[in-house]
Amino acid sequence: MKKRKWLSNTYIGLIFAFLYLPIGVLIAYSFNESKSRAVFTGFTFDWYAKLFHNDVIIQSLINTLIIAVVSSIVATIIGTAAAVGINSMNKWMKSAMMNLTYLPIINPEIVTGVSMMLLFVFLKLQFGFTTLIIAHITFSLPYVILNVLPKLRQMDKFVYEAALDLGCTPLLAFRKVIFPEILPGVISGMLMAFTFSLDDFVISYFTTGPTSQTLPVTIFSMTRRKVSPEINALSTIIFIVVLATLLIVNFKDLRKQKKVQRSEVGV
Amino acid sequence: MGENCIVSLKDIVVDFDGEVVLDGINLDIHDKEFVTLLGPSGCGKTTTLRIIGGFVEPASGDVFFDGKRINEMPPYKRPLNTVFQRYALFPHLNVFENIAFGLRLQKVPEKEVAQRVAEMLELVNLKGFDKRGVNQLSGGQQQRVAIARALVNHPRLLLLDEPLGALDLKLRKGMQIELKRIQQSLDITFVYVTHDQEEALTMSDTVVVMKDGHIQQIGTPQDIYNEPKNAFVADFIGESNILDGVMHKDFVVEFAGRKFDCVDKGFEKMENVDVVIRPEDIKVVPAIAGQLSGRVESVIFKGVHYEMVVESAGFSWIIHSTQSQEPGSSIGMNIDPFDIHIMHKMEEER
Repeated sequence: MKKRKWLSNTYIGLIFAFLYLPIGVLIAYSFNESKSRAVFTGFTFDWYAKLFHNDVIIQSLINTLIIAVVSSIVATIIGTAAAVGINSMNKWMKSAMMNLTYLPIINPEIVTGVSMMLLFVFLKLQFGFTTLIIAHITFSLPYVILNVLPKLRQMDKFVYEAALDLGCTPLLAFRKVIFPEILPGVISGMLMAFTFSLDDFVISYFTTGPTSQTLPVTIFSMTRRKVSPEINALSTIIFIVVLATLLIVNFKDLRKQKKVQRSEVGV
Repeated sequence: MGENCIVSLKDIVVDFDGEVVLDGINLDIHDKEFVTLLGPSGCGKTTTLRIIGGFVEPASGDVFFDGKRINEMPPYKRPLNTVFQRYALFPHLNVFENIAFGLRLQKVPEKEVAQRVAEMLELVNLKGFDKRGVNQLSGGQQQRVAIARALVNHPRLLLLDEPLGALDLKLRKGMQIELKRIQQSLDITFVYVTHDQEEALTMSDTVVVMKDGHIQQIGTPQDIYNEPKNAFVADFIGESNILDGVMHKDFVVEFAGRKFDCVDKGFEKMENVDVVIRPEDIKVVPAIAGQLSGRVESVIFKGVHYEMVVESAGFSWIIHSTQSQEPGSSIGMNIDPFDIHIMHKMEEER
């Protein structure tokens, strides 16, 4: 038994090493004095300092955040409305709409990117913020729809009728009864849209303009010359932010669960 | 339309995707009356309720409320409230906020809201539950919240769609009495949908028996039980022996191979009829003394009475009797003339 446990622990350890060692190396080298990627010559914060003085990187970070915020909010509004509509369709229409929704997810990004670019050229749109935001809304819409729909399906449909019965107009019934019910789905849909927007490289690459480069595109163009340790520093910061967000979300969930348990015991 | 009619349905027809659900419903509901729509599933009783509630628009026909046509009036403008089948409480709100929902929409002052909600909690025996989440309540308690949420708005008409369907038998009996008490103490009209005939007979002033989108009979519980209009109603309201018979002339009917005296008249000569006899109206006598004789096939103890199946004249009779008979033995059966109910054959079978 003891031997078995030792084996399984080693196995798990190896898997985690495989997953996280590269990031560990990246973090370590972000503190490396030398520009070299082979030897560690001493500890320094220089690359972080340089990073914050690199206008190109800071500007593309701001661009990325603006695009992520705007596109995820717009996608959430459109996606939620779409989900409500799809949910009340008949069976045939529903399955047709669902296939259309899945298509952009299955479709290779490069195809979406190129076709978007062609569309914008055809429409004679100036490449820049507008095209990026339109593209990002388009590819994050399905994630919002797919997060909201299950919540709508779980909901007792008579709850909506009950609200009407008690004097709500349809719009008010949505706001007072349906929206609070599907809110968890709306939020997770929005978060997914936000992360995918932050993350996206391929589609952004084809739809960006000269003044609106996003962070992934900037990093890509920087690595074409030589990977600067500034990028290590930037990547470290991004990783820490993501890790912190994840921890906060999980911690909150845990507390909520405990609260629910406590109130159930209280009954 | 009658004098004190609160709701009137006139020639209501409803079809869903070409399938006719209601076929010419005419119904007057009087003020302060407890009306039950009774029928098997798929008979159109819930659809009738939803027409009154405004959730279904009839393909043709008119809905009147207080003599005013309200066909196009949306549900949120109708002066009535509904208790839904599965309660449909708002899960994100606590008991107090669920009940206060309608009052908040009417912008009732906060002080009055608190007072009226407290009154309702008292009425449905849920005092002290106001801060509870609705998902922490039992089925019966959720049911009471649903009733309170509807009644707090002081509707003149309350629609109830099988509100006790999800409760167990004992709880259901208790809630039946409670609902009747609430209806009488508030002095408002209830329209109640159920497929449970006993529930209908217990609570109602008027029972409307429905089948396949048609109304079969409207009457008091006593009328419906004692004077069913056709074999379907007789069979649906309690158990019945339904036999094919021929009306020879007024007061004489032939069934089960012999002629019986009866109290019915006005049928055509030699008309084919349905003969309905309640299981408790058949008297068991010694084999030679009966109008009919038969063999006891089975006996089941039912608590108050024994239920026997007796083979006679090619028909399996159901008999309720307080005295048990030996299975396999021969017995005689007597039926009094006033216990023989004669009905025209139902239209679709003619």
